[in-house]
Amino acid sequence: MIELSKEPGGRQKRHRIRVNESFCKGCGYCIEFCPRHVFERTEEINDRGVSPPRVARQEDCLGCELCARLCPELAVSVEEEKE
Amino acid sequence: MSDILTGTHFVHGDWACAEGAIAAGCRFYAAYPITPATEIAERLASRLPEVGGRFIQFEDELGAIASVLGASYAGLKAMTATSGPGISLMLENIGLAVMTEAPCVIVNVMRGGPSTGQPTAGAQGDVMQCRWGTHGDVEIIALAPESVQEMFDLTVEAFNLSEEYRVPVFLLPDANIGHLYERLDIPEKNKVRTVNRKKPIVKPDKYKPFEADGSLVPPMACFGEGYRFYATGLTHDENGYPDMTTEGQDRLVRRLCDKIRRNADRIQRVEEYMVEDCDLLVVAYGITARSAMSAVRQARVEGLKAGLFRLITLWPFPDKKLEELAGRVKAVVVAEMNYGQLVREVERAVRPTRVMFLPKIGDEPPRPDEILTEMRRALYG
Amino acid sequence: MGNANNNHPHSRTLRVDRLPHIWCQGCGLGIILHCYAEALEETGIDLDRVVTISGIGCAGRASGYVNTDGFHTTHGRALPFATGVGIAKPDLKPVVISGDGDLFSIGGNHLIHAARRNVDVLVVCSNNFNYGMTGAQFGPTTPSGTRTPTSPYGNIENPFNLVALVAAAGATYVSRWTVYHAQMLKNSMKRGLEKRGFSFIEVISPCTTGYGRLNRMSPVDMMRALRDFGKIKKVPPTEATIDPTREIVLGEFVDVEKPTYNDVFSSLYGKAGAS
Repeated sequence: MIELSKEPGGRQKRHRIRVNESFCKGCGYCIEFCPRHVFERTEEINDRGVSPPRVARQEDCLGCELCARLCPELAVSVEEEKE
Repeated sequence: MSDILTGTHFVHGDWACAEGAIAAGCRFYAAYPITPATEIAERLASRLPEVGGRFIQFEDELGAIASVLGASYAGLKAMTATSGPGISLMLENIGLAVMTEAPCVIVNVMRGGPSTGQPTAGAQGDVMQCRWGTHGDVEIIALAPESVQEMFDLTVEAFNLSEEYRVPVFLLPDANIGHLYERLDIPEKNKVRTVNRKKPIVKPDKYKPFEADGSLVPPMACFGEGYRFYATGLTHDENGYPDMTTEGQDRLVRRLCDKIRRNADRIQRVEEYMVEDCDLLVVAYGITARSAMSAVRQARVEGLKAGLFRLITLWPFPDKKLEELAGRVKAVVVAEMNYGQLVREVERAVRPTRVMFLPKIGDEPPRPDEILTEMRRALYG
Repeated sequence: MGNANNNHPHSRTLRVDRLPHIWCQGCGLGIILHCYAEALEETGIDLDRVVTISGIGCAGRASGYVNTDGFHTTHGRALPFATGVGIAKPDLKPVVISGDGDLFSIGGNHLIHAARRNVDVLVVCSNNFNYGMTGAQFGPTTPSGTRTPTSPYGNIENPFNLVALVAAAGATYVSRWTVYHAQMLKNSMKRGLEKRGFSFIEVISPCTTGYGRLNRMSPVDMMRALRDFGKIKKVPPTEATIDPTREIVLGEFVDVEKPTYNDVFSSLYGKAGAS
């Protein structure tokens, strides 16, 4: 079950997403499967020949952690922002 | 029920081997029935629960040997017994045992081959197989008992060598010895010398599972001791991780082989009888050596100065000792129950001294008079 | 060696100094590894008790990334090795992570007997429908008709239903998930770690450079298929059908208790009058 991290009163918690670009192999799972389309493709290719995703809309993150779960490289982490 | 049945017994070789294993501290046996080794499994099926050990009969020999490695790595002294066809099946995991330096004892009660051959007939046709059967450069240790007493004693020795050198050790009786009934004297427990694998002295975070000192044998941690180590059949570095470099391969293969080669003098056991002044040397092992001993004694009565060089360790092959002896004799006679296996090693070691070979293919060991005839031919033409 | 730092969230259960792993872009094995690490952490199981054992193949490399005692065996022989471990030292918990070819082709005989004996082991089978490591040849789970390098005219064989097979052999826990269903997969792994007996989890996993490339699917295409075709159903194992082009039945199909091999063996000590 995915628990949406909402505070009482309905304000959505903020999350911080980290992508370890040195591990990313560019599979695209995080970009494709995020329910809020937080990630975006980029055109830049790094010196490993990979285009890592860009965290474009971090404020929309629900904290479902599907990106972290589906990343085969364990390169994505999602943490609740401490206020 | 005692783990060592001290006393005098009248039993067959397979029984003696099983009791030797128990006396050595073997507490895991993986079985698959095969003539003429089945009796070892049957004896241990009833004995191991008596001494708090573990027994399992597997679906095939491949499973049996794989589980022996698992038990060895879990910390138990482990064994399996089979015959030629079973060794053929086990060869891949024998290589894994060499590569991961897993102590274990593998008994091959040799029968007529090749293939299904003659299941109830003795033979000595697998002596090259245990040495070279698995792929790649390996060194193993192999012992050839010649009596029921040696089935007990050399099984204990096999465990000790496997623990000391972290290598699979083969016991190679033939079916005749396996099923021969003879006197067996089992000593007091405190008279049975047992050796256990060297354990690490460093803490887990400093432990490198395949790093060795001058002995070339790494201390062995076992599963569940907190060392969190990794072992693989892939070529690996001292940490146990895969290493696909040329240097890594060279380093590992040399150490695994040199571990045995450099310690060969300490590992080899031979029995020399009247070799100090002999003109003719007879080389034999296993049951053949018993006939050879009779032949040598008879020869001496006739005035023929013969001596017996009995191989107790077949591998590592004692070439240095033989080379030295060969310089002093006129000829060498080798008798084997096969069509020419260990004789090749003898020829290589004693060159250019002449070697005569007496093959005995089939269940009967060569008779003393057959060996004596060959000995006379070797000396007198 | 990668750029992993010692503050890696899974440094307790994974050999983080060996990351990033060698598996391909999008390979499901990375997801399986992650689930396994979390399952180990969340169950609180004593990591010194766990022995992670694997066979040959891409899945076979998994044991090398786990921070438990580990062993990489020969092809198909992970289960008998694990059986030896578990019988020799009943306190240890062997876990076998391997692939469909290693466990069901060359290892098939050992698999069914280990299940029959109810050896206490958790088996995680990464099913990617081919022999990935050697270049995508067909295997015992490849759908009929698939063109692979050793079935260039299309696979003429029929695939196994692993769930039905293992359940029939006597396993006491059988489930199937895909790597998309990572949360459920992790929970199954936790169940398998805590349960005693032969536990089997089939994990449908994308082989992006092998099976995927043969079928002209990108990693995202493959993962979408797992999401769309995976259907959780409460059915008997024989009805847990699998067709990677249409429907993959997921769920837990067997969860029973039976004495393990060790349980029964221990009773022999009494019979034998062990001292």
